[in-house]
Amino acid sequence: MLEPLFDPLVWLILLPLAWATLAFVLGPGRGAWPAIAGLATQCWLAIELAQKVGAGGVTNHVVGGWGAPLGIDLAVDGLSAAMLLLTQAVALPLAIYARSYFKLNDPAGTWFWPLMGFLIAGLNALFVSADLFNLYVTLELVGLAAVGLVAAGGGAQQVAAALRYLFATLVGSGAYLLGVALIYGAYGTVSISTLLPLVTNDAPRLVWIAGGLMVSGLMLKTALFPFHFWLPPAHGGAPAPVSALLSALVVKASFYLILRLWLGPLQTVLPAFAWLLAMLGAAAIFWGSWQAIRAVKLKRLIAYSTVAQLGYLFLIFPMLAAHGALEAGVMQIFAHGLAKAGMFAAAGVLIKATGQDTVAGLAGSVERLPVTMFAFGLAGMTLMGLPPSSGFLAKWLIIEVALAQGHWIIAMVVLAGGLLAAVYVLRVLRQAFLLTPASATLTPVPRMLEWSAFALAAASVLLGLRGVELMRLLGAMA
Amino acid sequence: MTSHELLPLALLASSLLPGLIIFGLPEAWVGVRTFLNLFAAIAKLGLVAMLLAGVAAGEAYGVRYAVLPGLELALKVDALGMMFITLSAVLWLFTTVYAIGYLENAPHRSRFFGFFSLCVTATMGIALAANLFTFFIFYELLTLSTFPLVVHRGTDKAMKGGTVYLAYTLIGGTALLAGIVWLHHLLGHTEFAHAGIAAALGPEYAGQLKIIFLLLIAGVGVKAAIVPLHGWLPQAMVAPAPVSALLHAVAVVKAGAFGIVRIVYEVYGAEFAQSLNLLYPLALFAAVTILWGSFRALFQNDLKKRLAYSTVSQVSYIVLGVALFGPIGTIGGLVHIVHQGIMKITLFFCAGNYAETLGIHKVSEMDGAGRRMPLTTLAFSIGALGMMGAPLTAGAVSKAWLIDGATAAHMEWAIWVLWTSSLLNAAYFLPILWRAWLRPVPATWPEEHIARRGWRETTLLLLLPPLFTAAATLAAGTFADSEATPLAWAKLIAEREYVGKGAP
Repeated sequence: MLEPLFDPLVWLILLPLAWATLAFVLGPGRGAWPAIAGLATQCWLAIELAQKVGAGGVTNHVVGGWGAPLGIDLAVDGLSAAMLLLTQAVALPLAIYARSYFKLNDPAGTWFWPLMGFLIAGLNALFVSADLFNLYVTLELVGLAAVGLVAAGGGAQQVAAALRYLFATLVGSGAYLLGVALIYGAYGTVSISTLLPLVTNDAPRLVWIAGGLMVSGLMLKTALFPFHFWLPPAHGGAPAPVSALLSALVVKASFYLILRLWLGPLQTVLPAFAWLLAMLGAAAIFWGSWQAIRAVKLKRLIAYSTVAQLGYLFLIFPMLAAHGALEAGVMQIFAHGLAKAGMFAAAGVLIKATGQDTVAGLAGSVERLPVTMFAFGLAGMTLMGLPPSSGFLAKWLIIEVALAQGHWIIAMVVLAGGLLAAVYVLRVLRQAFLLTPASATLTPVPRMLEWSAFALAAASVLLGLRGVELMRLLGAMA
Repeated sequence: MTSHELLPLALLASSLLPGLIIFGLPEAWVGVRTFLNLFAAIAKLGLVAMLLAGVAAGEAYGVRYAVLPGLELALKVDALGMMFITLSAVLWLFTTVYAIGYLENAPHRSRFFGFFSLCVTATMGIALAANLFTFFIFYELLTLSTFPLVVHRGTDKAMKGGTVYLAYTLIGGTALLAGIVWLHHLLGHTEFAHAGIAAALGPEYAGQLKIIFLLLIAGVGVKAAIVPLHGWLPQAMVAPAPVSALLHAVAVVKAGAFGIVRIVYEVYGAEFAQSLNLLYPLALFAAVTILWGSFRALFQNDLKKRLAYSTVSQVSYIVLGVALFGPIGTIGGLVHIVHQGIMKITLFFCAGNYAETLGIHKVSEMDGAGRRMPLTTLAFSIGALGMMGAPLTAGAVSKAWLIDGATAAHMEWAIWVLWTSSLLNAAYFLPILWRAWLRPVPATWPEEHIARRGWRETTLLLLLPPLFTAAATLAAGTFADSEATPLAWAKLIAEREYVGKGAP
């Protein structure tokens, strides 16, 4: 059977594992080039796969020739293909960024490449897994790699943040695993496609408990308010490339899983929680934005902005049955993924150049680091939801679906959220436009750092002009 | 792609591409930058000339691109849009020349001219937009591209002005967005069309349509500086003079006024808006703004602030003309888009000249300025007389049509508003002219930067733009009834807007 050898699906998981291992073998701090080459190939594979899925619908792959319910099933539909695309598209510029960011002897970058490889492999595997237990394994792999990346900074604060993160991620996946076990007890299978017809409206109470457990665990991992406590220290304290990976991709993985359960096996159970999630999402928007507005440190501000932006994702649940809500959610995932990666990357440049991680220290940055500030501004545009960015399209889609469903309140939350985002983004820009203080010093930064941040931010804006393709891809749903 | 699709895109590209290139130019490349700026501005004028001829002959230009299924970025060139485009393109050239002179040796010129070009691109986009969705995109881009210009100096005061500006415009933008999505939800599209699109909805939607109208007008009303949404405009005066000129005459406030025109005529349709009783309140707001702006201008000692409040007042002449139901008022309002533009830009150029040459920022420092700078003061006087509506100036034409429009609409109170405003205009402009021409020259000027050389009271780049626009103010007033004037074009628009409704 030659066919699997050329299946992009399998290579998307194997390739990152390969370059991660290679980086590990090469030794501390090495392995940037294999990673970049691997990611470039992965990007191409993800595009191939997306085209295939867009043209021909869902693809299944059976590892080792054993089908469900015995073997491991991989499945790709429009949603998975989109997530794969985003993951590679964000990871490649970040890898280029990280190569310049970590100098060879930087202790924070010692194990960056192997850990990033495992992280990407875990993410890719997660997006194509078709059974609940497999999803757990990939979730755990992603979580542990992420904790490792945060801890790699080595400082006392970073280790404390990593421990907190570890606690959150273990409790989260533990709750999820418990739910999976209950489901297995009830139905004797964990395959999503097998479960689909089995779980009905009159499911036993145990299944409801299982659904609640799984979603709560995933909420914790997605840092939905009020379970966000672990996110700001972890994302705010890690080195910039790590913060970017975590905010752009890792939190989206657990959200993707909620979406999968919601649209798949638990579609009769979970809608009972819809308004609860939407309310928490709204609270996240207000609380996260408020904390971002008050933040003293630049990266803290961006991390709280992530808390707020994740809130939008949860607003779609009460409307998920309607046409357009899923599209809105995925558009927001893309918008935030690209913009936040760009913003953290830009923040990394600013911090390296000015030597301090505070908003106040940014005075004069427009003058001295115009490319980086432009990148920050473009990413900010997406977060504010200003046209023509992808964030604007996401906002437009959410509001339109909300109006169609008569949920005024959701539309108003989205509009208010945009204004709050404007306040914290402009806090930074305003500071950066001030004249350079005489005492300020500036460490030169590699150009590659500035331009990779710019590429990510610009992509988040330009995606706003290519929404049709993404929507078409999502049309190919299971 | 046919030329009918390419031309509107070229109109955008002719300022977008030079803008992007200019961002990348090193500060010291003055020659290249100046060449690019002027080349782009002149190339744009060429395109505008082609389009004007085409539109007058009834050609249709347009291009569409789907951003989301059912949501299109659409550009079209029509008579109304062309009026705004021509005004912007012509004044862009003058402002560019002026800005090159004004910013000589100032820092960050690449950044300035880059955003300046983006700002003009956004203005073009607003004029070209074929639906509300596209309008909104460029409307917000305009907000974003003007912010760096307002805060260009980087001082705390500039920052404060810029922040107030953004707070107003972003909140306004949010209201506008809410209205647009709502309308899109009801109609399934937001295309601009003659006689409007909202009437297609049944009478049961009247209530919703009224709220949407309020949201839309509040959204664009912020930029048009309708009282009580005008607070940002005097604050934004911290910007360098060319920016103030651009903000006031061309880009920002006009974008707001233009939006009101589009919304009233091509989204709701004048007749339908009238049947929903929406125009009368709009006229009232315009009247209040006209009087309040003029009244506040009386008490400003800062020259630019006085001009700013004058803008608040004058832009609402346009809104009043639109809200006076009927073709005559429409013509008055539309023609004032152009007339206010050339008069106000003259005044701001002159204010910049006084500040740059002699360091004069306040009305109280204007004594004798006319003797030291006769040409600038002549231009200033023409602009000021135009604002008052003196005969032979462009302002007189606008006022005459507006008054006729008010009579035709049986809204005699509006005539009183216009006369009162003219009196107030005289009350705040004449003292300036009196000081400048008749008071003795003081021993020293506040801060003389540019010495007099022969007849050249200041540098040529600063002197020529206001002289040209002042001449245009006179020409538009004197030859109003000939062909190829703003008035003739406004009549053309009104004819097409009120098809078969007995347009004059």
